[in-house]
Amino acid sequence: MSEAEKPGSKSLPIGGILVKPGSSIEYKTGDWRAFRPTLDEKKCTGCLICWIYCPDSAIIRKPPIVAINYEFCKGCGICANECPVKAITMVEEGA
Amino acid sequence: MAKVIGLTGDHAIAYAAKQCDVDVVAAYPITPQTIIVERFSDYVANGEVKTEYVCVESEHSAMSACVGASTTGARVFTATSSQGLALMHEILYIASSLRCPIVMAVVNRALSAPINIHCDHSDMMGSRDCGWIQLYSENAQEAYDLTIQAFKIAEDPEILLPVTVNLDGFIISHCMEGVNVISDEEVRKFLPPRKAVYKLDPANPITIGALCFTDYYFEIKFQQEDVMKKVPAKVKEVGEEFGKITGRSYGLIETFGLEDAEVAVMCLGSTAGTARVVADKLRKSGKPVGVIKVRLYRPFPTQEIVEAVKGLKALTVLDRVATSGAPSGPLCSDVKTALYAETEKPLITNVIYGLGGRDISPENLEDIFNDALRTADVGRVDRPIKYVGVRE
Repeated sequence: MSEAEKPGSKSLPIGGILVKPGSSIEYKTGDWRAFRPTLDEKKCTGCLICWIYCPDSAIIRKPPIVAINYEFCKGCGICANECPVKAITMVEEGA
Repeated sequence: MAKVIGLTGDHAIAYAAKQCDVDVVAAYPITPQTIIVERFSDYVANGEVKTEYVCVESEHSAMSACVGASTTGARVFTATSSQGLALMHEILYIASSLRCPIVMAVVNRALSAPINIHCDHSDMMGSRDCGWIQLYSENAQEAYDLTIQAFKIAEDPEILLPVTVNLDGFIISHCMEGVNVISDEEVRKFLPPRKAVYKLDPANPITIGALCFTDYYFEIKFQQEDVMKKVPAKVKEVGEEFGKITGRSYGLIETFGLEDAEVAVMCLGSTAGTARVVADKLRKSGKPVGVIKVRLYRPFPTQEIVEAVKGLKALTVLDRVATSGAPSGPLCSDVKTALYAETEKPLITNVIYGLGGRDISPENLEDIFNDALRTADVGRVDRPIKYVGVRE
């Protein structure tokens, strides 16, 4: 949405209240990322520890392994840190 | 049926809050807290109210709990003072920005250091830009009356802003007066239960307090600027409606002797009573003096003040707060700003007085009026800021 298309103070609900639930799905936080988790599919055992730990639910179950949703992954690195088989490595974005 | 009972300012406010049938009170009960919440806890313990009384671990938590309760649609009340208000500072902005119509009594007292529990306006003035509507009362009667009106102003769907009812520490809070109270039935009629516009409700989920970055924050803050413009008319309307029930009508400011005054003193709170007595005495000896009491401090009643000072030659603005490097005290700065664009305006002097509960006597005020008369005579301000009542 361009700046001009965004609602102004008079049409926004008061106090920045979000009057409909579920809108965070529209807020893509992937562009906050400085480091990108990359998955070595050969090493992944599908143990789902990363899936449990990810604070943004950006790990997707893709049996027998997992995948990463880069639209929401903020690149915090928790998955890489927790992976018991070192299947995830953090790579600098744009590198 | 109206009746007169002996109440301290604290007790008068607790009594008003009881009659307003508040749903939640969250408060921290240790100094600098006042007897307001202590009396209210008596009402809870005695079963006189059905209020949920949340005894929290600090004023920061007290205001946080008030915000949480208010977002569920509850009518919320709390009280604080000096350091307690300072500790709430962060959450005051959240309450106003999330449009929580909380009513809070603020017993105005000095801020530390040195440690002091007596009256001045440093506490509220330290948070004057927090987005709350700020009313100042002159005595226990007004503190009682304004508390009832505050809920009606705050909860109006057109307004939805929190309100502080300010009263001078000890001078009003701890002194007993005969207070005209109206019946519970009359209060209920004047102030029906709150109808929340938005509220947290599991059946209709909404988000309150979401992240709001560069693309929306400014718009949300601008909403607050916008709604503040509607507040003076609402305060007036509610004050007049209250007058129809009680015979005590309220406006944004209150003036005395201005019809023929050449000089006037302007102030907040209990000092207005002393100023009026002194002005009355001086007027009887032929001196053209008057008094302007500012009841609504935020939003600032610019238009009313511009009108009120028309024709005055000199105006002395009293500030009960340290300026610490500012060009003048907060009330005086506001008045000067309000009058800047006017072609004809009085000569303005600022008086800083009464810090840490230092008494301001009728003699002090007589000197202040006489100084203002001299300023009007010579036609210039010699000392823009004077400190009255301090030993040099």
